[in-house]
Amino acid sequence: MRRDPNDLDRYTASERVIHWIVGISFILAGLSGLVLFHPAFWPFTMLFGSSTWTRILHPWFGVVMAVAFLLMVVQFWKLNTMGKVDWQWLGRIGEMVSGDDQNMPEQGKYNGGQKLLFWLLVLGTVLLFVSGIALWRAWFHFPVEQVRWAAVVHAATAAVMIGLIMLHVYASIWVRSTIRAMWYGTVTRAWARQHHRAWYRQVTGTNK
Amino acid sequence: MAWQSLDIRRRSATTTPMPQVRESTEVAKLIDISQCIGCKACQVACMEWNDLRCEVGYCVGVYDNPPDLTAKAWTVMRFTELENDGRLEWLIRKDGCMHCQDPGCLKACPAPGAIVQYANGIVEFHQEHCIGCGYCLTGCPFNIPRLSDQDHKAYKCSLCSDRVAVGQVPACIKTCPTGALHFGSKEDMKEHAEQRIIDLKSRGFANAGLYDPPGVEGTHVMYVLQHADHPEWYAGLPQDPAISPLVEVWKGWTKPLAIGVMAAGVLASLIHYVMKGPNEISKETEKEVENETRPE
Repeated sequence: MRRDPNDLDRYTASERVIHWIVGISFILAGLSGLVLFHPAFWPFTMLFGSSTWTRILHPWFGVVMAVAFLLMVVQFWKLNTMGKVDWQWLGRIGEMVSGDDQNMPEQGKYNGGQKLLFWLLVLGTVLLFVSGIALWRAWFHFPVEQVRWAAVVHAATAAVMIGLIMLHVYASIWVRSTIRAMWYGTVTRAWARQHHRAWYRQVTGTNK
Repeated sequence: MAWQSLDIRRRSATTTPMPQVRESTEVAKLIDISQCIGCKACQVACMEWNDLRCEVGYCVGVYDNPPDLTAKAWTVMRFTELENDGRLEWLIRKDGCMHCQDPGCLKACPAPGAIVQYANGIVEFHQEHCIGCGYCLTGCPFNIPRLSDQDHKAYKCSLCSDRVAVGQVPACIKTCPTGALHFGSKEDMKEHAEQRIIDLKSRGFANAGLYDPPGVEGTHVMYVLQHADHPEWYAGLPQDPAISPLVEVWKGWTKPLAIGVMAAGVLASLIHYVMKGPNEISKETEKEVENETRPE
């Protein structure tokens, strides 16, 4: 539903649906994985039926996440190729964080931080998937030394990924009027002009 | 199940201290390989006492039968034909859980109470708490635990903790016809081993010795080896077993640290929001856009 004809389309329905499949499966895989990560998170077993159910379901959440994320990568990788301006943006991220984003280099559909996050999540998902297969004893039997490596890689990567996603979520809350792009696909012109000036010009055909 | 007469000294995935007030004698099983004839009576006794019935297997060409430990075979004889100085030696090692003082399985286990170590040193799996992840297989330096295909729980030798709890010796000890298996306090077993080692040395086994590896802080199942300088001759008994450094990294201080960093991330976000406020669209930009989009 479009209330303001001036709003700009940012995400198609299929892009949004796939994003939320990735998001929900990440949360489920994360909550069930934390149970196996440290006993401090043991109460999360109650969300999944039982401790054994948590162990059974966790890899399947991971498979759903990996497959959905692969589809997302197909949709988005071209938009996330890093350029010189992205590194310039990242070099001045301190200004952005301190709340002064007026002088940041102009950004296209995604800024340098978003692009870097994208590639880190690609790397993290690959590591989680490969190491997760080695740990999935219900289906696979790898030599014990490889399983030991997989356990370390899986736990370390997961911890980093949770940190990255917390950053991703916080950024979308901190930068106002952003989340609506993932809910129903549109953003206001002012939002686009302030945060993604080059993309704004491109989609509106103006040179302001 | 937990035996009321046995205090639990360590409990998997538990971060607070276990009962420590009562003092218990540490027990040990001593396996004197030089006196084992490979009759497998201990395998049978183990099956009988623990109500285990392994699938009937087949001959794999050697005496090992079943050829490996399984969820239903908690102990197996491993036969090695060793040619040493032109002499043939038949080394027969009763394999099974070593009941490490520092158990890698317990360290790796994520399920609270699925693996416990009693104050007497016995390491036991409590299958009703086991979630079937197989992390204990990763933690074990001796390749002992097995995941059952039937119920996806992990199993291994319990050192007949139920028998020991009521003052009985484990079933395998009870049945051994040659006196190769002994059970008692760890101290007594070490003393007995010393005598056996003196005897073996007098018979020409200059390197006879006790296998009680310090890498896992000693074990509650010990071997008298004719060739203690070559434990690997005994079907690959590890020379210097220890919990893999990978498991120590995975299960050590890194996880509390990671949790701390994650929590700090959440807190930092909150503080950032409170200090800097939301990143809203500036009134200026809003006005500029309004001017642009106003119909001519």
